[in-house]
Amino acid sequence: MLKYDLVVIGGGPAGMAAALKARECGVQKIIILERAATLGGILEQCIHTGFGLHYFGEELSGPEYAYRFIEELKKTDIEVKVDTMVTDILPDNVIVATNNTDGVMQIQATAIILAMGCRERPRGALDMPGSRAAGVMTAGTAQKYVNIDGYMPGKKIVILGSGDIGLIMARRMTLEGAKVEMVCELMPYSGGLTRNIVQCLDDMGIPLKLSCTVVKTHGLERLEGVTIANVDENRRPIPGTEQYVECDTLLLSVGLIPENELTRMAGIVIDPITSGAIVDEYRQTSRPGIFACGNVLQVHDLVDYVTQESQIAGEGAAKYILSGGKNNEYAENTIRVKAESGVRYVVPQNINRSTDKDVKIYFRVADVYKDTSVVVTCGDEVIYKRKKRKLAPGEMENVAIKLDDIAKLSENEITVKLEV
Amino acid sequence: MQYDVVVIGAGVIGTMITRELSKLDMKTVLLEKCGDVAMGSSKANSAIVHAGFDAENGTLKAKLNVEGASLMEYYCNKLAVPYKNIGSLVVAYSQEEMTTLEVLYDRGVKNGVPDMEIIGQEKLREMEPHIGDEALGALWAPTAGIVSPYELTIAAAENAVVNGAEIRRNSGVFDIEYKDGMFYVSTSTGVIKAKYVINCAGVFADKIANMIGDTSFNIIPRKGEYYLLDKIENKFVNHVLFQCPSAMGKGILVTPTAHGNVLLGPTATDLDFDSKLDVETTSAGLDEIKASVKRVIPQITTRNAITSFAGLRAHVVDGKHDFIIEPSKANDRFINVAGIESPGLTAAPAIARYVGEMFGKMAPEYEKKAEFISTRPEPIKMAELSPEERAEVVKKDPRYGRIICRCEGITEGEIIDAIKAPCGARDIDAVKRRTRAGMGRCQGGFCGSKVLEILARELDVPMNEITKYGNGSKILYDKTK
Repeated sequence: MLKYDLVVIGGGPAGMAAALKARECGVQKIIILERAATLGGILEQCIHTGFGLHYFGEELSGPEYAYRFIEELKKTDIEVKVDTMVTDILPDNVIVATNNTDGVMQIQATAIILAMGCRERPRGALDMPGSRAAGVMTAGTAQKYVNIDGYMPGKKIVILGSGDIGLIMARRMTLEGAKVEMVCELMPYSGGLTRNIVQCLDDMGIPLKLSCTVVKTHGLERLEGVTIANVDENRRPIPGTEQYVECDTLLLSVGLIPENELTRMAGIVIDPITSGAIVDEYRQTSRPGIFACGNVLQVHDLVDYVTQESQIAGEGAAKYILSGGKNNEYAENTIRVKAESGVRYVVPQNINRSTDKDVKIYFRVADVYKDTSVVVTCGDEVIYKRKKRKLAPGEMENVAIKLDDIAKLSENEITVKLEV
Repeated sequence: MQYDVVVIGAGVIGTMITRELSKLDMKTVLLEKCGDVAMGSSKANSAIVHAGFDAENGTLKAKLNVEGASLMEYYCNKLAVPYKNIGSLVVAYSQEEMTTLEVLYDRGVKNGVPDMEIIGQEKLREMEPHIGDEALGALWAPTAGIVSPYELTIAAAENAVVNGAEIRRNSGVFDIEYKDGMFYVSTSTGVIKAKYVINCAGVFADKIANMIGDTSFNIIPRKGEYYLLDKIENKFVNHVLFQCPSAMGKGILVTPTAHGNVLLGPTATDLDFDSKLDVETTSAGLDEIKASVKRVIPQITTRNAITSFAGLRAHVVDGKHDFIIEPSKANDRFINVAGIESPGLTAAPAIARYVGEMFGKMAPEYEKKAEFISTRPEPIKMAELSPEERAEVVKKDPRYGRIICRCEGITEGEIIDAIKAPCGARDIDAVKRRTRAGMGRCQGGFCGSKVLEILARELDVPMNEITKYGNGSKILYDKTK
């Protein structure tokens, strides 16, 4: 059996940043297992710019952002196996992986970092009646066809869902000569970043129809059109508002799902809201020595934040490995972080009282809020309060809790909430 | 092109009959209008092996159902098709329905269904712990089961080809002429001459019969809509769960599938004669399933739906509620195998034998082949192997080490096998039915484009010629600028 101090599953931005950070913290034998043919993950097909503004202070394309980490990796002796798929995580941190050169490998790891990313919600999850014609695909699949394979998957396009990939693809397909008829969004607000609405829709003259959805697909072989309808406050189509839109392609950008099949298989506790693992401030999961970061933990808006989160996990894994696999004494020393009134979820969900630095709590809100305060309380005590001009579900927020405050907490529970 | 027999329609009935006929020393061709076999009702049905208590006593349907149910395991073993003998329960929710169970029980006994039992609430709860509170009892039929219907069809097609039959896909029949003891079957890929015709055209069987002047039956499509759920819902149901039957069919059922998913459906909506291609799902149909399932297993929701789809039952209008399997009155060398709605899948092995015997009497001139290969080799399924077994396979061929479909764990080697098989896959959905690549919870979001690449490479065509399911179902247009 192969033996490594740290096995990182996934060689996208999360896995690369976590591995590099662990190395920087002194971990010796590290391997990254990546299922695709190259490192970089989804960044490889994101040829638009907008990456790195926070982390590098400059605007990079996806491949450029990935390249910086790939180059850093090359300077180390961190091993990388591409085209390699992890199929099982067995007890005692043994990983089973397969590829076409090594066959089936079993790897004993001291610590594991889960960085498998996320996938797009497919049509089946949408309850969308109609035909099964070709031409209905996720925005990310279309992005791969256009940017990697060099083929156009359609000419007359309707996009359902205003997630960032959908917005990016609205612009991309337009620039490639397709006619993007509209972007329909079920909610009364967009799920994407404001800058993407401006740059990808407004600048391209593509209408964004809010509170609107596709209620039927038409066409026997290739898609011929869709029926759209407005929805009421319960997101139900309003009879009489149906409208037929001719198109040969329907792109779906209706949400991302963290890919936690391995995580579940490993018996790790999952947060029903984030669909990612429940973690502590170093992103350690409920299984000692297994950490999670990036979109497999929670879906991020910006890769910059993925990088930051993954560095935290890399550092956490290093501490675990270098202390000889010592388990953080979880139960009694743990402060639970709760989400309440307007806050949908928080990451991390747990903080060790004996932690050694400030902790940033990341969260998303449930609706669009204006002039609202983000408040963190412990019992009756307010330990953080700041007013925000605007909060939206599409933009991840965070609050930093000072190390001193953590040590002084009167109870083993803190709550993040909104106050008008 | 001259043949002894033309079989029209490559559903489960057409392929199983073609396989049966490939035992004889003659030239047989199977014509299919779509790009693959199993493209009609055979890929969109309840995937159930019915025990045989539904059909009226004394009907051909009753006889072939019970025979088929007892033959299914044998055929699935021979042809390496997923099958599980899990048994079925017809669940009753009122005293009136409990009485219906007795009617079904008596009918089943007369049809020759073995080992049935009417069970009470307690036993039912023991067998199905998640059953809804209102359930009072059930009819237990241990010979019922589940089977992968499209894989049975594909396996029969492959085995028929191995035994010398020819399958012509993309060959829709638009005219048949009979002169001087010979049928001239006009297809989209040329005229086929043959001495005998077997009409297995499903919902189109009446149209095919009309071509030789046989207007003795008319078929309307009766649509059934379904949900297919993620394997994580599988923990809530152990058997095929029927509700009490009505005039329109057997009601909405809840069942595990042979691959461990959960299937909900079907609805029953009669369409008109011109809607034989209408397999669109409807919001009314999907809502009906959701409402109906709540009563059966309240925990099951469609929140984890992988997909929804619709299939068409070939329903004979004003018929005798029986299969039509007989030589046509218009031409005694033309056998109609029509009106094969439920339990057609269950009956398929028995129908194949029945038609084989009928053909043998009609055309005694054909001898049995000296060598008939009755089994189909088991395809390699990496996800079902232990790590040690997987390692062995990859050592011999590294392509089995490259996983293409993440959700189902399907490798490049398995996809290539599906393409290279007799009657191999030519499009994305054909690969999906043969390997399960794209059948998982991401619905091909990741692997679809890779499968497309592999198909283009193996078939040596540009990527934009690969379709989703044949004909005009293209996926890619031109190259980018």
